[in-house]
Amino acid sequence: MSEKERKPQTQMVPYPSGSSVPERDLGYMPVLECSHLGIEFGGLKAVDDFSVVMGRTEIGGLIGPNGAGKTTVFNLLTKVYQPTHGTMMLEGKDMGNMSTVDVSKAGIARTFQNIRLFNNMTVEENVRIGLHNQIGSGMFSSILRLPSHWKTEKQQHEKTLELLDIFDMAKMADERAGSLPYGAQRRLEIVRALATKPKLLLLDEPAAGMNPHETEELMETITRIRDQFQIAILLIEHDMSLVMGICEDICVLNFGKIIAKGTPAEIQANPAVIEAYLGKRKEAEA
Amino acid sequence: MNTKKKRFMINLITYAVLAVVFVVLTIMINNKTISRTLKGMLIPICSWIVMAISLNLVVGISGELSLGHAGFMGIGAFSGIIVSGWLLNGMQMEDPTLRLVISLVAGGLIAGIFGALIGIPVLRLRGDYLAIVTLAFGEIIKNIMNCVYVSVDGQALNFGFLNGNLPGTLLLNGPMGAVKVKTIATFTAGFVLIIFSLIVVLNLVNSRSGRAIMAARDNRIAAEAMGINITKYKMMAFVTASVLAGMAGALYGLSMATLLPTKFSFNESINVLVFVVLGGIGNIPGSIISATALTILPEKLRFLQNYRMLAYAVLLILVMLLSNNPLLKSLWRRLIHREKDEDGKEGIRA
Repeated sequence: MSEKERKPQTQMVPYPSGSSVPERDLGYMPVLECSHLGIEFGGLKAVDDFSVVMGRTEIGGLIGPNGAGKTTVFNLLTKVYQPTHGTMMLEGKDMGNMSTVDVSKAGIARTFQNIRLFNNMTVEENVRIGLHNQIGSGMFSSILRLPSHWKTEKQQHEKTLELLDIFDMAKMADERAGSLPYGAQRRLEIVRALATKPKLLLLDEPAAGMNPHETEELMETITRIRDQFQIAILLIEHDMSLVMGICEDICVLNFGKIIAKGTPAEIQANPAVIEAYLGKRKEAEA
Repeated sequence: MNTKKKRFMINLITYAVLAVVFVVLTIMINNKTISRTLKGMLIPICSWIVMAISLNLVVGISGELSLGHAGFMGIGAFSGIIVSGWLLNGMQMEDPTLRLVISLVAGGLIAGIFGALIGIPVLRLRGDYLAIVTLAFGEIIKNIMNCVYVSVDGQALNFGFLNGNLPGTLLLNGPMGAVKVKTIATFTAGFVLIIFSLIVVLNLVNSRSGRAIMAARDNRIAAEAMGINITKYKMMAFVTASVLAGMAGALYGLSMATLLPTKFSFNESINVLVFVVLGGIGNIPGSIISATALTILPEKLRFLQNYRMLAYAVLLILVMLLSNNPLLKSLWRRLIHREKDEDGKEGIRA
């Protein structure tokens, strides 16, 4: 797949709160709307005034130097941290009172920067944890092995293999998750997140530790996931070839604040972004 | 062989071995070829096995430390004795089997209620709070039992606190414990209870709920992000374990003519924890083996008289050292690998 095919030919159009969404998503409620989101840790503003809108099938990128607060944004979106300022809405529903579990049920799934798989469980069991709230029977029907238990176990098994097939991992279903190679563990995390049937998928450095060839494959898979499941994807990534290759809208963070928003072309030409990454010319000379 | 099939085979072997042991022991009892000490220990062994299985559900499967498991056993034992005495004296129920079943269920239910009461506040917290609270709970229960008097008068149950002047037949006599208990527990009932708790625990572990419990243990943050309600599943494991411990207690209580409240002290909780750790944390068949061995061992060491518990401790340390010995480990691994190779060859031939 060439770069042109991979990028849908959709214009980004401005959205009221100073963001933009792809034109194709205009007829739908935006999947995520954050306004003035922020968190303070004892006076330190880790994230400040973070406003962003994600269209229903948008692929967004979140970039910035180390320590800029990118993962903190993910932790706010999944309510690992409770934001101290601002509001979040998921498909128009306020997320203010939701817990991490509620957020997952409402439709936000994520992967982690430092892989967090259930290492002692098999690959299949990991994905089945993702399916937990989708398919399943209660405790008593499991203990008594009622027909509903067998039925849901079979449904879970079939759905798991179907999901693992996205990354061609069905043959690894019975292996211990902790014994998989690094790249496969990253892919398994994405499959597990997809199993929760999200509307918005948050990927925290999906290409970390992958070689250029694997990254290329990953880019194709991410676009394929978007097209097949019709979901929005927000990713944090340091690999600029991936970010510039598939993201339609990019948001640049530095010291917890958004310093630039726009399409890849706009971001590449933005002097504030260049300064954040490389420093000021004067300082460099001095 | 894949993981799922392997687990299934291990469970099947566990059930089969238990059934064979039960049949052999029953035949020995009928032929009177069994020693009197061993015969007397059969029912306690059954209840300690159930205790070890249930504690393993909390410590091994759900990853929480509970130091008051004997407290639940005590609750189960005394409620079982009260219910059984009430059914006999108050309701004139003569059938011992029916009385035993009702008492076991009652003991399990009441212990389960206490488990839920403790679990609701404590399992919301992260860290080792459960260990501290259950430790305190076990001691509190023991001391409360020391002060409770229960008697049955006609169909009515009378309760007294620090006051033994109750009408009717006394069932619980404060610090003297349960007196003149009709020992209706049988070895068959103990065996059925073991199988029952095995079915409950193994079926729970190999299900959607069990996977959620283990996910919460392995990686709390990831489990929450996948939409798993951690408190709910920790509660599920803890309450199930308390119910089973209560049933084990009722079985134990109804096998003894007298039973002191001080029996269910911190020492016994630690003893059960030793069964679990020695048998392997999270390893249910291992718990059964170690509970059996470690219940028989102190009795077999009686010839050492005063040095009995010293020898017991030394043996425990030796077992721990040997099971962590790299040489023995590599030997064990080689044995398992050879089995695997043969499996592989067979697979090719087939």
